[in-house]
Order: sequence, then structure tokens, then C-alpha cells
Amino acid sequence: MNLFKRLMNKCRRKSPFLFHLNTGSCNGCDIELITCLSPRYDVEQLGIHLEGSPRHADILCITGPVTRTTLEAVKTVYSQVCEPKAVVALGSCPASCNVFAGSPVIAGPLSKHIPVDVYVPGCPPHPDAIIDAIARAAEILAERGVSAKTKGEPQK
Amino acid sequence: MNVSGLIHFFLFPGLLFAIPAAWLYVWGERKAVALMQRRIGPPLLQPFYDFVKLIGKRTPSRHGIEADLLRLWPALSVLSMIGAIAMLPVFPGGRGFSGDAVLLVALLELPSICFILAGFTSGSIYGEIGAIREAVLSVANNVVFLLSIVTIAVTERTFRLADIAGGSWNPGHWIGVFGILLCIPAKLRLNPFSTSSAEQEIYSGPLTEYAGAALAMWELAHGLEWVALTGFVATLVLPATGPWWFHAVSFVAVSFAEVLLLSTIAAATARFTLQRAIKFYWQWAGILAILVVSSAIYMGYRW
Repeated sequence: MNLFKRLMNKCRRKSPFLFHLNTGSCNGCDIELITCLSPRYDVEQLGIHLEGSPRHADILCITGPVTRTTLEAVKTVYSQVCEPKAVVALGSCPASCNVFAGSPVIAGPLSKHIPVDVYVPGCPPHPDAIIDAIARAAEILAERGVSAKTKGEPQK
Repeated sequence: MNVSGLIHFFLFPGLLFAIPAAWLYVWGERKAVALMQRRIGPPLLQPFYDFVKLIGKRTPSRHGIEADLLRLWPALSVLSMIGAIAMLPVFPGGRGFSGDAVLLVALLELPSICFILAGFTSGSIYGEIGAIREAVLSVANNVVFLLSIVTIAVTERTFRLADIAGGSWNPGHWIGVFGILLCIPAKLRLNPFSTSSAEQEIYSGPLTEYAGAALAMWELAHGLEWVALTGFVATLVLPATGPWWFHAVSFVAVSFAEVLLLSTIAAATARFTLQRAIKFYWQWAGILAILVVSSAIYMGYRW
């Protein structure tokens, strides 16, 4: 691995930008994610930044059990995030639909529709667990950038 | 072009200084905001990491004139800002680019125009709303900005940058500097004048559709805007005498102090609505600026 690739790897690990998507969550996980930005947890130390546009993001943080009305939005936003990208499923809902499993309005779990890289169990998960998951996702991001480049994958 | 002109453009305060300084100032801004919120904040190299990472993103391919324009706007902003920074009369004696304040104002205004055009070119509704807000805000703050520069020019009786640089004892000069400082938050889209790129409201405004290297260029242009605007004020307040190294060091120190001051104000204020921002510039700052300009012209005639 040459110098430029090592630098790029390091930068990908050090500056994960998040986009937060609520797919019908009860807001519990959303509040815990926002807590990570607060003075007590201060994720900006790790270079983590919550972005307004999915085009700017590296990591997609998804909360909620994926309701039927939000399914198309999930797919659209996932396709709008540029490669290399990673997906973090926050809480039990995107992983298993939680208490909403079996409901006719739920299209989840999330992994049926888009590939998920890191799951954070909990209802809601602890902010420490969320930060750990984002750090893992940033590692995956760096690895993915290298492997995709060597394979010469298409842009989409 | 002479040798010192080349040094100004490529070494100091041009390319070689301006780009690391842009990252340093952006870090200073984020760190100051973090400290105000009792956080630790990002590491020193964070803006550099962000820049390199954005360069390495694979962006969706676009075609046609729209794609070229979307790439042109950030590049034009970066170039105009490097030109503006190279023009700053850091060293007294008029060496380097002997520019004119009118050219500097034009160059400083280009990123804002590019930002507006980028919003309209992107075709995103959020981009268009952000572009309209930026256009209105630009009209509002430029009245005060231009009147402040006119005040300084009238008190010094010249538009030549090398001659208006350096702190003088004339009160008109200092009121002009104060007026420019009032406009910098709006030019940098900082709180309380951050309506045009209001995140969580219109996503990222004109930059919503940007990604990868083009977005990295916008981030760089924003950092260079910091360097140019704070550097311009620094050249206006620093004394015109002393050895060259004193000018270089004090230029950087005063600019960085301005970054910390403006970031602290940004952290301590909430976002104004567009109407309130216009009111601030046209009603209060505008009236003050007109009074100052007229008194400066009157005093200028009396001398």
C-alpha cells in the first residue's frame, strides 16, 4: 500500500460524516444519537460530524423499524450516499422490528432492503455503544475504500 | 511581474501559506465553538482529514453544462480567494501586487456569487432556497461593507491598498474597520447570519447536491474566505512600521484572534431570520455607516 492510500485510509477513519435517517422510530434512538454530540460525549473529538445532506455523508445511521411509507426514502437516501459508505442500524427496531414485528405497516427489518454493516442492539442503545459502532463503521469505511479501489468497482 | 509579486502569490500570504492557514482557521473556529459549549472539540488536523477524505469519495457522474458549472463555481471561489489573499498588503511599502481596494472587494464578493449560482445550478429546491437567502443577505451586508471601505478610503484619501493599510489615528479609519468586522459574520455565513446554509432546516443550502472533490473545494474556499477577510482587517489595524518578520507574525496572530472572536460570537448567538438580518444591516448598521461616510467626506474636505 503506497503512501497516498495509507493517508486516505487514515483520513477516512478520522473523519466519518453521518447522515441520520428516521424510518418510523419512536425517537428514543434519535435522542440517544443526538446525545453523542452533546458536551458529555462530544464525538467531534473523533472527527464525527452530523451532516445535513446524504450527499456529504459517509455513514448512514438508521433508526426505526422501516415502515412501508419510509421504505422508498430509505432506498433513495442509501443510493444518494457516495461510495465508500457504511450503514449503522441503531437500536433493536431496524435489526428485528422489535415490538412492531408482524405489523402490516412494517416493511422491515432493514437488512431485507439495504446491506447493514454494524448493528447496535438496545431499546434505546447507550450512547457509548453508538460511538463504538460509528468507530467500527469508520474502520469498515477505510477497508472498503481500499478493497473497492483495488478491484476497480464501478462508481454507482 | 516582479519577484516579490511571485513571492506574494505563491509563498506568503498566497498559496503556500493560505491553504494551511485556511485549515488552521477552520479548526480554530470549530475548536472555539467546542470550548464555548464545554466540549473538547476536533483535533488540529481535522479540516485536513476532512479535505483528503472528501477528495477520495466517488461521486455520481453528471453530464452536460450543469456538471461543468457545478465544478466551476467552487474552483472559481478558491482562485478568487487566493488572488484576494495574495493582494493583501501584509508588508508595507507597496511591494508585491500593488492592488486597489475596489479589486479586492470584487474578489471577496466572488465566492458569495458563486455560492448563489451553485444553489441555482444544482436544481435542488433546498439549494434554491439557500441561494435566494444568500443573495438577499449579500445585498444587505454589502451596503455596510462597501460604505465602511469608502469611509476608510475617504479618510486616507486613496483607494490603494498599500496606502490604506496600517492603523492610523484617524477615527474614521477605526469606524470603517468596525463596520467591516460587523459584515464578516454574514460574509462567512456564521451565526447569527447563517440562514443561507441552515442545516436541519434546508439541509445544506446551495451545497446540498455537492459531494466529493467539489465539496472539498467549497470547504477550502470557505477556509480561504476566513483567511482573506480576517487578514484584510489585520492589515488595516496593524502599524505600518517594523521589520518584515514582525508584520508576518502579527498578521497571522491578529487574524487568528479575529477567528476566535467571531467564532465565540457565533457560538453565543442563535440564527437570525432573514428579515431580522436585513433589518440589522439596513436599519442600524446602515444608518451608522451613512452617518460615518458623510462625516468622513465632510472632514476630508475641511483638511
